[in-house]
Amino acid sequence: MKILRDLFKDYRFGISFIILIILLIFACLSFFSPYDPTFWGDVPRDLKPSMTYLLGTNSKGQDIFWQATFAVRNSLIIALIASSVSRVIAVLVGMVAGYKGGLTGRILMFVSDVFLVIPLFLVIVMLAMLVRDKMTLVTLALLLAVFGWAWDARIIRSQILSLREREFTQTAVLSGTGTVPLVLKEYMPFTTPLVFSTLINNMSWVIGLEITLAFLGLVNMEIPTLGTMLQWAISYQAVLLGYWWWILTPIILSILLFVALYWLSVSISEYLDPRTRIQRVGA
Amino acid sequence: MTFIRGYLIPRLIQYFLVIFIGLTIVFVLPRLAPSDPVQRTIAQLRSMGSYLDPATMNSFIEDLNEMYGLEGSMLEQYGAFWVRLFHGDFGVSFFQFPTPVNALIKTALPWTLVLLLVTTIISWTLGNIIGGLAGYFSRSRWSRVLDTITMLIRPIPYYIFSFGLLLLLAYVFEIFPVSGGTDIGRKLEFNLPTILDVLKHAFLPALSLIILGTAAWFQTMKLVVQNTNSENFVQYARLGGVKQGKIVSRYVIRNAMLPQITVLALLFGQIFSGALITEIVFSYPGLGLLLYNAILTGDYNLIMGITALSIVAITTAILIIDLLYPLFDPRIRYS
Amino acid sequence: MTNPILRTEQLKAFYVLDIHGEQKVVKAVNQVDLEIQENEVYGIAGESGCGKTTLLKALYGAIEPPLRLIGGKVFYFVDGLGLDVSSLGIEEKRKLRWEYVSYVPQGAMSVFNPVIRIKETFWDFINSHGGGKTRDESFEIARGQLHELGLPVEILDAYPHQLSGGMRQRVTIALAALLKPRIIICDEPTTALDVVVQRGVVQMLKDVQAKLQNSIILVTHDMGVQANVADRIAIMYAGKIVEEASAETIFGSPFHPYTQYLINSLPKFGDKSTRESAPGNPPSLSDLPPGCPFHVRCPYVLEICKEQMPATSKLEVNHKVACWLVEERQDASSS
Repeated sequence: MKILRDLFKDYRFGISFIILIILLIFACLSFFSPYDPTFWGDVPRDLKPSMTYLLGTNSKGQDIFWQATFAVRNSLIIALIASSVSRVIAVLVGMVAGYKGGLTGRILMFVSDVFLVIPLFLVIVMLAMLVRDKMTLVTLALLLAVFGWAWDARIIRSQILSLREREFTQTAVLSGTGTVPLVLKEYMPFTTPLVFSTLINNMSWVIGLEITLAFLGLVNMEIPTLGTMLQWAISYQAVLLGYWWWILTPIILSILLFVALYWLSVSISEYLDPRTRIQRVGA
Repeated sequence: MTFIRGYLIPRLIQYFLVIFIGLTIVFVLPRLAPSDPVQRTIAQLRSMGSYLDPATMNSFIEDLNEMYGLEGSMLEQYGAFWVRLFHGDFGVSFFQFPTPVNALIKTALPWTLVLLLVTTIISWTLGNIIGGLAGYFSRSRWSRVLDTITMLIRPIPYYIFSFGLLLLLAYVFEIFPVSGGTDIGRKLEFNLPTILDVLKHAFLPALSLIILGTAAWFQTMKLVVQNTNSENFVQYARLGGVKQGKIVSRYVIRNAMLPQITVLALLFGQIFSGALITEIVFSYPGLGLLLYNAILTGDYNLIMGITALSIVAITTAILIIDLLYPLFDPRIRYS
Repeated sequence: MTNPILRTEQLKAFYVLDIHGEQKVVKAVNQVDLEIQENEVYGIAGESGCGKTTLLKALYGAIEPPLRLIGGKVFYFVDGLGLDVSSLGIEEKRKLRWEYVSYVPQGAMSVFNPVIRIKETFWDFINSHGGGKTRDESFEIARGQLHELGLPVEILDAYPHQLSGGMRQRVTIALAALLKPRIIICDEPTTALDVVVQRGVVQMLKDVQAKLQNSIILVTHDMGVQANVADRIAIMYAGKIVEEASAETIFGSPFHPYTQYLINSLPKFGDKSTRESAPGNPPSLSDLPPGCPFHVRCPYVLEICKEQMPATSKLEVNHKVACWLVEERQDASSS
């Protein structure tokens, strides 16, 4: 709890934390939505925001406010699933490559480098085109997970490498600790915060990629997400027709989400970095 | 000599290996799909309402198979794939039948290359210099203001930022053209009005890429410099009473640049993708727009061609950056 | 007739740390009075963590947060005039560095800018201090300096990583002596070097002092080096100087109980008896005991030692001690 209090001293953490809580509550509101998000024509079309329709309605006859709650919820779900799965891969690869080293390590790092160098965007586009019809929330999340681990595996590996050189590793090994318990129990306290901050970064990346894929029409357009919402607005010429509430809602929500996630991750990683900690001291 | 053996050769091997694997993936992916590109094309045609009698249908299927390189066994296809690749033949485009894919790519490529190279160099240099100074004078007012501004800009993905810029500067304030590389119908000649026109159209996509890029480099450089500041050799130079200007440029920024070169190599793939996405938003006639059209029309050959080319382009760019690195770091040059 | 070149009066420098809301004060330099004469080698000895390095930073005017100057003054005697260091502006201080007082750092492994050659580092130092020398002139000066001190001139063209640790340390000494400063401060120049290289370093220091006829402040816990080089020695304990005398006196007739322990723990030829060091551990500088900081470990502790800090008294003409035993002895001899 003391950690939380210290984190709140950083204005970035405070603001982003509050924004994220608000967005989470917003997403949970979706469970109380009076409308099914996939239905069209529930309400009169193209109405400006008013007391009845807080964020107005769109050309498909849907209440934008309730659509948005689903959009935020689904985007967050995709992000969470994709990031968690890719964390697992990243941690596994990073730890094995870092601790084992040698040939295994180099092969793993080579594989991860290949993933880094190949324009993932294009490969994802290719894959998405092929499974377009069968794309559900989960499939999309898994697809993005498969490509989101490479960068972070590298970061985790460097950390494991430096931990391996520390004295306590020698002590543990000499006292007979097995490899797996050593890595899990001894290294975890060091790697968990790192993994957490990469999780947040990855979530941001996933949401951005989802929006971009929606823009290219490569996701299931019936499922409301931040990306599909924006894309529907564009294809219905919301800009030209001046339906600013339809276009701005997903844009502003996404910007809030991105900035909040980024600020969260930066403030946490700065807090964890021992060097910036000393800089904070005694000025 | 050790440099060549210890650094150059492994790097080159890695280069060819990555291209080989990348292109193999490009080959394998469409063939892994649950549905066959040929069937999808047929389904697409059917959904658009065309009807073909069985005989024509069969010969059409044969033609499609040939076009997509799907004849013969997997191994034969793979072999043919590489043969075609060496001839620079990516097959025929579906979207602009019967233009060969590499003709389309050849027209689009220069637009992308120029945009990408110019914006990357500008944003890398600008971001590193401003970020370097901000990192050195990190307690100053302007440094903290810039920091907050970049914190707001950086997390926004290319798509949303470009779109926002488009809305703002082309729709709301109609300063710049909404789309395209030049005004419609203008021929590409080497005279001043053409150049100005190209620049006017390229301005928004370039601006978008430069702002996002500079924000990112600013942030990373600032962090690196703040760490470099506490390095032993910087403190020693201060103890020695070396002039501040010299310390900032020769000791801090010179050294902080090194990891930034490596990061450029690592991030180049992402920068490339970002450029493509930005092109799509602004309908800029580069590879991005070509890709978009390919997706819309389900043109596999074109997508494969663009992907294959991108893999080679990105890997080559990274190789060049990696080979330039020893020029800046004598520890690698003489080790 | 004293010819002071540097003097401190009641110098107090503490680290003020703010660890998550709790304030912690580390009293690293706790009321230090010393006066360095011209043309002498002044050694400062003591255990690790007694405040030696902080004292050096204070003497050099390199006090930066979290280190703070709490009280007292440091005087430089430039051209006969006593200058209060805290009254100097940043630019004045910078100019004095290297020309009046220079610094040999501890552990020269990473004090050189890794991306420029050694001769460029020399150029940076020379160019930052008056003289308006051109690059080639400064290379000549560097060459001359190295030649005089017996170092191979070729190292000027090398990069730092190509030199061994011992060589780097010697280059720092050559660099420190470059502008013929009146004082050279050396912070543990022989630690982390093997014995053979140590000898070279010590010899070099002696040569430099002999040539420049200046003052050298030598901080090291290695009493062997102190015996070899120092004219006068100050023993530091828990941020205070507990004894100061000529080297012969310190080694021959140490008065302060701590000094006695220090001297007695040194091995002597032929003497195979067990060496004894002071029991216990030095106190934490953030949590000092009341009274004399050594009283906890002192075999001659008196009641007054536990309550009051002993003042520094003159035992003999050139022998100062901070210990209540002095009064005891005076009382005893007068009664």
